[in-house]
Amino acid sequence: MTNWDPSKPILEIENLSISFFTRLREIPAVMDFSCTVMAGEAMGLVGESGCGKSTVALAVMRDLGKNGRITAGRILFKGRDLVTMSDEELRQIRGSEIAMIYQEPMASLNPAMKIGAQLAEVPMIHQGMGRDEAWKLARQIVADVRLPDPDRIINAYPHQLSGGQQQRIVIAMALMSKPALLILDEPTTALDVTVEAGIVDLVKDLGEKYGTSMLFISHNLGLVMDVCDRLCVMYSGEAVETGAVTEVFDTMRHPYTQALFRSIPLPGADKNSRPLISIPGNFPLPHERPQGCNFGPRCDYFQKGRCDAAEIAMSGVPGGDRHASRCLKWAEIDWSAPPKARVSKEKVPVGEIVLKMDDLKKYYSVSGSAFGGGSRKVVKANETLSFEAREGETLAIVGESGCGKSTFAKVLMGLETATSGQIMLFDENVQSTPIQKRNTDTVSKVQMVFQNPFDTLNPSMNVGRQIIRALEIFRYGGSDAERHARMLELLDLVKLPRAFAERMPRQLSGGQKQRVGIARAFAGGAKVVVADEPVSALDVSVQAAVTDLLMDIQRENRTTLLFISHDLSIVRYLSDRVMVMYLGHVVEMGTTDQVFSPPYHPYTEALLSAVPIADTHVERKRIVLEGDIPSAMNPPPGCPFQTRCRWKSQVPGGLCEREVPPVQVLEGGHQIKCHLDREVLARMEPVIKIAAE
Amino acid sequence: MEDLSWGMIIVKGLGRFWPVWLALAATFLISHRFRRRLGLYGKLFDSPVGMAGFAIVMFWVFTAFFADMIITHDPLSQLSGMKNKLPGTALTNPAEGAYPWYLFGGDHLARDVFSRMVMGARRVLQIAPAATLFAFMVGISLGLPAGYFGGKLDTLLSFVANLVLAFPVILLFYLLVTPEMVQTGIPIYLAAFLFIFPILFLTVLWNSRYFMVPARRNLYVGVTLVIGLWAYSGLAFNADPTGIWSMDPNLLNVFVSVVFVNSPGVFRIVRGMVMDIKARDYVAAGQTRGEGPWYIMLWEILPNARGPLIVDFCLRIGYTTILLGTLGFFGLGVSPESPDWGSTIDDGRRLLNIFPHPALVPALALMSLVLGLNLLADGLREESLKD
Amino acid sequence: MLSFVLRRIGVMALTAIALTFIVFYLTNLPPNLEKLAKSEGSVRMADDAVASWLERNGHTGPMLVRYGQWLGVVPGWTREEDGVTTGRCIPRGTDPATAPRYCGILQGQWGYSTVFKAPVVTMLGRSLGHTAWLMLAVMLVMVPSALALGVLSGMREGSRLDRVLSTFAIATTATPEYVSGVVFVALFASATAGISPLLAEWGLISGKTLFQGTATSAMEDITFWNFALPVMTIALYGIGYIARMTRASMTEVMTAQYIRTARLKGASFRQVVVRHALRNALIAPFTVIMLQFPWLLNGVVIVETLFNYKGFGWTLVQAAGNNDIDMLLACSVVAVFVVLVTQLISDIGYVFLNPRIRLA
Repeated sequence: MTNWDPSKPILEIENLSISFFTRLREIPAVMDFSCTVMAGEAMGLVGESGCGKSTVALAVMRDLGKNGRITAGRILFKGRDLVTMSDEELRQIRGSEIAMIYQEPMASLNPAMKIGAQLAEVPMIHQGMGRDEAWKLARQIVADVRLPDPDRIINAYPHQLSGGQQQRIVIAMALMSKPALLILDEPTTALDVTVEAGIVDLVKDLGEKYGTSMLFISHNLGLVMDVCDRLCVMYSGEAVETGAVTEVFDTMRHPYTQALFRSIPLPGADKNSRPLISIPGNFPLPHERPQGCNFGPRCDYFQKGRCDAAEIAMSGVPGGDRHASRCLKWAEIDWSAPPKARVSKEKVPVGEIVLKMDDLKKYYSVSGSAFGGGSRKVVKANETLSFEAREGETLAIVGESGCGKSTFAKVLMGLETATSGQIMLFDENVQSTPIQKRNTDTVSKVQMVFQNPFDTLNPSMNVGRQIIRALEIFRYGGSDAERHARMLELLDLVKLPRAFAERMPRQLSGGQKQRVGIARAFAGGAKVVVADEPVSALDVSVQAAVTDLLMDIQRENRTTLLFISHDLSIVRYLSDRVMVMYLGHVVEMGTTDQVFSPPYHPYTEALLSAVPIADTHVERKRIVLEGDIPSAMNPPPGCPFQTRCRWKSQVPGGLCEREVPPVQVLEGGHQIKCHLDREVLARMEPVIKIAAE
Repeated sequence: MEDLSWGMIIVKGLGRFWPVWLALAATFLISHRFRRRLGLYGKLFDSPVGMAGFAIVMFWVFTAFFADMIITHDPLSQLSGMKNKLPGTALTNPAEGAYPWYLFGGDHLARDVFSRMVMGARRVLQIAPAATLFAFMVGISLGLPAGYFGGKLDTLLSFVANLVLAFPVILLFYLLVTPEMVQTGIPIYLAAFLFIFPILFLTVLWNSRYFMVPARRNLYVGVTLVIGLWAYSGLAFNADPTGIWSMDPNLLNVFVSVVFVNSPGVFRIVRGMVMDIKARDYVAAGQTRGEGPWYIMLWEILPNARGPLIVDFCLRIGYTTILLGTLGFFGLGVSPESPDWGSTIDDGRRLLNIFPHPALVPALALMSLVLGLNLLADGLREESLKD
Repeated sequence: MLSFVLRRIGVMALTAIALTFIVFYLTNLPPNLEKLAKSEGSVRMADDAVASWLERNGHTGPMLVRYGQWLGVVPGWTREEDGVTTGRCIPRGTDPATAPRYCGILQGQWGYSTVFKAPVVTMLGRSLGHTAWLMLAVMLVMVPSALALGVLSGMREGSRLDRVLSTFAIATTATPEYVSGVVFVALFASATAGISPLLAEWGLISGKTLFQGTATSAMEDITFWNFALPVMTIALYGIGYIARMTRASMTEVMTAQYIRTARLKGASFRQVVVRHALRNALIAPFTVIMLQFPWLLNGVVIVETLFNYKGFGWTLVQAAGNNDIDMLLACSVVAVFVVLVTQLISDIGYVFLNPRIRLA
């Protein structure tokens, strides 16, 4: 490597094409992809699932599996072509010169090996370092990634660490031999937002400290803006736009990039006055890509005979810093024109109270150890939950993993019964009535939309049958024909073609499955719908469409929507009121405006600051929480949030560690469960500031 | 007539199976043509391993079906001068119109090894798939609630299942499959217990699905009950007035024992799969619509467990075939005349050092059938994972 | 961990009691007892004579009580007739006063074998000794070769090596012992078929056959030529089964993310397999090997019968075939005990090998 000139790019990918070969056909995954990463630069690779961004990363590592093959192009790393390198040469580069960090930290660590051994292995392989020395280095790097008590950690097994700690270990492993290039494949997707913020900070700092170049792969535009200098937007196997981050964000020159930005909920979007615009149509399957521009069929600026004539090459955008777009018409489009399709909608007035929870508690008793012995512990999944929801209202329930939001949904649905407290549903107390004992009418009025689109439909029953079954069980209609007709109407309602009735779930895309799930939930004319993270597993462009659909049906049916989510952007966009939960407690509740502006509960403040926002005009205060979310099995005494709270010192006498705070009701019915004085709360500054344009 | 050379034995032997070849060819042509529309079965024709397995299995199935056309002699008749004769030996004084050779030789009682092998296939394929099917009914009916409800029911059922699994199979057979056991009537009680499961299964299946539409429910449940109980009375108690359903007491004993030994294995698989699948969202969706537990078990969970169950079904038929062979090998529960492969091997092994062919022929037949089933299972597993 | 082991042992004891009771019940059914009476007394015994014989020998009374006596938790029956006291615990010709009250298997009184005309304990001890050698040899052949086969074919799924080894494994699982035994004898130990006649013709072997078709002589002196066939016959079926399990486990591990991590760390293929894959991949087969014991017991019974090797399996067959109740019961106790102990080892070993459970 001595003959490499540091002013040249570290990584240079030229016209890379990758295909996967199955028994039936060749499936091109990446076509004509080029990009360069300079020393110390962080390059973001953005796109929706299936766009080929991870394939590029694996190609750089030359780890495409049995079926994948690089069919054309070169990958130059420090001037040497990785594509033609022998296995032995590759082995020497992997881990020492190029390291990779993956999406699932738990799965990336060997469950049967101690952390220290897994870390020490890297210098032992590459530098022939002795065991003791390597362990010493491992200990030092573990301290470097800001893990507490490194001596204990290097002697631990992966399962003894939390998700955030595991990801830090994976990062430490990648840094063991100070690589020149770090590839991060969705490194925070499996983590909670507040934990994610810590990891992102760490990655940025380490990048600067060691001068490592990064290839950062993510579907989250906000995250890319936080971490990267440059980015490359991919669509259906091709790079469609590349350039410096600010340039692409502010003056995008490809219709797909524009559509993408219009479909994500940025501050300022509003479900009524400025609704999101989803991208019409579906992502093309790899073997069904159109002629010419891949985005053509979904593009507003599509011109027949021109855009679908021939393959389109990247062309540079003059005036930019290596800014390029794969669009023929980029110079003709008026990029500042407001979107045509935007229709503002009427705000729905809220009606009567349909659901009222009073002092709801749900405790579980679980055994202490894995062998079933030991003392039994009580897990307080929901602690004194009180709120009400009105007809036509959207109430968002926000929180990270373990906050008790899913338990709450189960109790409401009747899948579990509450330990104490009342649930009034249309003037009927259903607190201790399990679903088996509820009458059909009550059951059909409260329905649920589930999170995982791949799990929400029974894979061995066709779509129509599943909806008809819901109609049958809700005793709709007197004959099969009637139910069949209603099923087709429901498909219309969720904007799916009627032919889908005969399809099996595996033939549907994620968004389409989620629509069927919605149709099924509304089959019995549901009045209260619990949507448990209904769009979090979907791609951004599809998210907007599904969210809009939910909103439309809500407007029509005056449904009460309980929207469970961890994603504050979407919550701000669609909810009327917000309830923030942490470890089973409601820590803050109020209207959307109240919750998203000061005074905040300290947790809400941190949560708001942690969510990356893909808008260069937004300034965020960085508040990074220490540590991980405590286990619900073993919550801290006093205030649940006290272990991570940055305001704790403002409360005298260690009150936070002793007592669960009372609920303070501020003006407008804004509730905050905190020991902080009103004056302190009033002094809080907004986390998000939108700079004037 | 002259004795046949080895080449001629093969040619003539293969020729005797002509109905099987025709049927096999037809099956493969049709299935291969329509393989894209036949689901998992169709995908089998994409896997060489699966196809080979299917071919072997179907060979034996068709052999069992056309056995009467294939055999060259009555499998029980003893022809003088043919004792322990080598394969291809011509009959000493053939009767008019009789097949002039013992293709695979004669056994120690001068019977035709070839014909006994062919009839043995029929014996095995009459019992093994049916016994496996019953074991699946029992295992599924008990494994579903054990996995779905968990708790005390699961603890109890799992304990009983482990009890049976902890028994060395041979010991169990030596205890269960004896003439004394038939005298006590225990097989009948066992049959009464085990045979009720298919009826229960189907009744609950229809009821949970159609209880909102009583007319259809009554039709399906009624038909199930009438046919089921009719067969039940005949098979378990030999009390069918029409005499269509009946089973020889010895055969019943063998059948019941095999079902009994196999059910706990199925139970364990089903239980494990249910525990896995019940955490899926579509199960929760069923629960939130207010579906009953049996609907969820039978219509939401079971169909999605079918892949591994089908694979296990093939493997388990093979295992049952081995078990039946073991029974025959120890002379349990079969009449000494029976052309059953296991007992034929047992007969043949006494003179194994001198005349291996009477034992070798059924041994290889049994092995090929089980091999076919295992290959088929492997192919199915591979293809079902590819989705 | 301790409470886990104790609970497992508790369940095991319960299982053992339940199983031995079932065996006791099934061996002491009225028709079996009648047969016993006729074989011990006279074949032409009338029904009432049978009844009185059973009465005199303590075979009447509630099943549970008789089970308790056999187990040794209920006092043995005694009976006075014509001033002579007989009883379960009173051997003929000894003084009833000195006899112990309890004499079940817990006290080491395993009864008298009617077939072998010898105390059960002696017979059982001898036959178990023979079988122990057989099992040892089987384990030594089976476990290493099965694991090697599984690991080799699982580490590169779909390679030619994998195809060949997998086919071999499937073929062996399709070959029960009574088939492989017959094939082996025909191939290697038949004077008229297989390779022995050829070898004899060429003068390569002095005897008529390469291997011996029986293992009777192995009871005195184990040699390769008399022991290889029975050992291979049992091992073959197990090899295929364990190899397939190992392969499945290995292929699963090889596609795990942490293997990719190791590969992309720059570890060589050898290091990846040895350091990262092997330990994780061998957890599942370990359990399988232990749970193979009930099936191995089957193999032992078949092979000992086939090769006329008078070990545990052969004894079991003789006892079962000749209505030797005490012997059969003793064999069952041993079999059940072996199975349960191996299950316990398997459970504990699984926990021990898997840090995820051990340190949870």
